[in-house]
Amino acid sequence: MVYLTRSEHFNAAHKLYNPAWSYEKNEQVFGKCANENWHGHNYELLVTVKGQPDPDTGFVFDVKRLSNIIKDHIIEKLDHCNLNLDVSFMQGKMCSTENLAIAIWNQLLPHLPEAVQLHCIKLYETPRIYVEYYGEE
Amino acid sequence: MGDKVAVYRKEHFNAAHRLYNPGWDAAENERIFGKCARPNYHGHNYELEVKVTGVPDKRTGYVMDMKLLSDLIKREVHSRFDHKNLNLDTEEFKNLNPTAENIVRVIYDLLRPHIDAEKDLLVRLYETPRNFAEYPA
Repeated sequence: MVYLTRSEHFNAAHKLYNPAWSYEKNEQVFGKCANENWHGHNYELLVTVKGQPDPDTGFVFDVKRLSNIIKDHIIEKLDHCNLNLDVSFMQGKMCSTENLAIAIWNQLLPHLPEAVQLHCIKLYETPRIYVEYYGEE
Repeated sequence: MGDKVAVYRKEHFNAAHRLYNPGWDAAENERIFGKCARPNYHGHNYELEVKVTGVPDKRTGYVMDMKLLSDLIKREVHSRFDHKNLNLDTEEFKNLNPTAENIVRVIYDLLRPHIDAEKDLLVRLYETPRNFAEYPA
């Protein structure tokens, strides 16, 4: 089994705010991340697929195709957007990096051919904060 | 070559913004600024590099105490911009488009009065790992 990773990036605004809580409770839990007028990040997204290299091409998967799938179904919907307001698949969810990684997994999965398995979504919110999601255990 | 030495301090902050000229209609803003003009904002992890140049003090060996420089950046820059919406939450960009060019000049002007006049100051601001601006040029 070989693991193949493609890295992409997008810039977006968001805030962490639970509408079921009071303003004070949000401030207490999320601190400055709850700022009502948003803040933002340069997100780095690493998508890892796994499989056996094809004997004819030597590829686990054509990485250019992987890049295009990520761009069409993820980057196009997130880049230069407000994650809370503009992104259909984040509606009704808390826009944490954890939830965003899960949502990206679920968005990508139907678009990958059966020959490759999605292995990991690694999402950097800042150079020092990232999450990894490996699908349902 | 003289006796001058340059010291640098790196800091970072996260903020939302959009690029928009209120003197233009939405179509013209879209034409000039593209997706950076989107109404619900997007955001960045801004990386800031502050360079101070001067002759090291004979008693301390310092051009400038890095802890004091760090505290100064936190007080003048972070308190204003970190986890904020640059367009909505700051006095500095109420009437100034928050491009990397304008932000780097604003930061220079905020820091300059607090650094010894005989020292040179240069500020570099990364909006993304590949887009950055420097002042003075």
